[in-house]
Amino acid sequence: MVEFALPKNSKITGGKTWPKPAGATEFREFRVYRWNPDDGKNPSVDTYYVDTNDCGPMVLDGLIWIKNHIDPSLTFRRSCREGVCGSCAMNIDGQNTLACTRSMHDVKDGAVKINPLPHQPVVKDLVPDLTNFYAQYASVEPWLKTTSPTPQKEWRQSHEDREKLDGLYECILCACCSTSCPSYWWNSDRYLGPAALLQANRWVSDSRDEATGERLDNLEDPFRLYRCHTIMNCAKACPKGLNPAEAIAELKLKMVERQI
Amino acid sequence: MSTADTPKRSMRTPLGRVRNLGAAHSGTSDFWRQRLTAVAMVLLMIPVIVVIMMLLGRNQAYAKQILGSLPIAIIMMLFIVASAWHMKIGMQVVIEDYVHNEKLKLATIMFNNFFSIAVALASIYAILQLSSGV
Repeated sequence: MVEFALPKNSKITGGKTWPKPAGATEFREFRVYRWNPDDGKNPSVDTYYVDTNDCGPMVLDGLIWIKNHIDPSLTFRRSCREGVCGSCAMNIDGQNTLACTRSMHDVKDGAVKINPLPHQPVVKDLVPDLTNFYAQYASVEPWLKTTSPTPQKEWRQSHEDREKLDGLYECILCACCSTSCPSYWWNSDRYLGPAALLQANRWVSDSRDEATGERLDNLEDPFRLYRCHTIMNCAKACPKGLNPAEAIAELKLKMVERQI
Repeated sequence: MSTADTPKRSMRTPLGRVRNLGAAHSGTSDFWRQRLTAVAMVLLMIPVIVVIMMLLGRNQAYAKQILGSLPIAIIMMLFIVASAWHMKIGMQVVIEDYVHNEKLKLATIMFNNFFSIAVALASIYAILQLSSGV
């Protein structure tokens, strides 16, 4: 059966409260999930105080400040710090989002609570293991597939057909949507999840692609596609404002369309 | 199947695990029928409620008179078929979502099919019995 409780070794224990920064007049409390694979201990939640006068406004700025000034062992992914790379996806105040685009002032009431993306194996602290997520993306074969001879210049596409890719091509594969989806939590071994399916629809919708039917064949499965129950957590979580649930509904519609 | 093939126990590549046994090439029929039966139930709901209200507190002879009418009997039986079918598909989705043990999953899906067919046949039999007044 589905496991609704955390396994024994994943239960969160009380963590360390780090001292407030000396000389700081204004600070913000951060409660951050910590887990180290090397010490054999259960995960914990450490409490830090960030000097808001010495740090940028975003949650990622706070984490970098903690790493630079308090605890260099704090581990998290980050790269572009402007919502383009998707590296710093994490659960902030109960919602999956990007730490670089979420302002710490938007987190109301008390501490900024930060956890890794839900229901994924944790590598360390806020770093989830997304191996399965990336393999699912690879399984939709996210590249142009054609059999016609390659044109001398480019594969042409009308403006109208190009517009059909809007709302799909912007996905940065941060995994906020897939890891917010209960169906993905229970069946991530067989259900492709909102992100991979949105990407699949991006290629199914591409007028230049000649493998549409083959792509739909590859998705037509009670688990790969039809685990989506339109819960809509994906659309709520997406930091880029995309709607994976709608993309999945379009795929289902195309499945019905080719049968009826 | 997939449950024993967790990353810790297997040396298969991640892509191999995701592709696993390949797509089943099914699921669309159930998806379509679930919506078809849902729309059918919405349309049949009001006439069925009216018939049930008419039968409340009445005797068997009156029930025979009402259900003996062919259109009413057909409406009632269509509602039974649509709802039992919808129930079967919906329950199967719940089982597939939450039951991960393959043997238990097969057994519960089998039971779900038997149960839905039994409920539908028993209900149709009851309608036929009442309409014939036996």
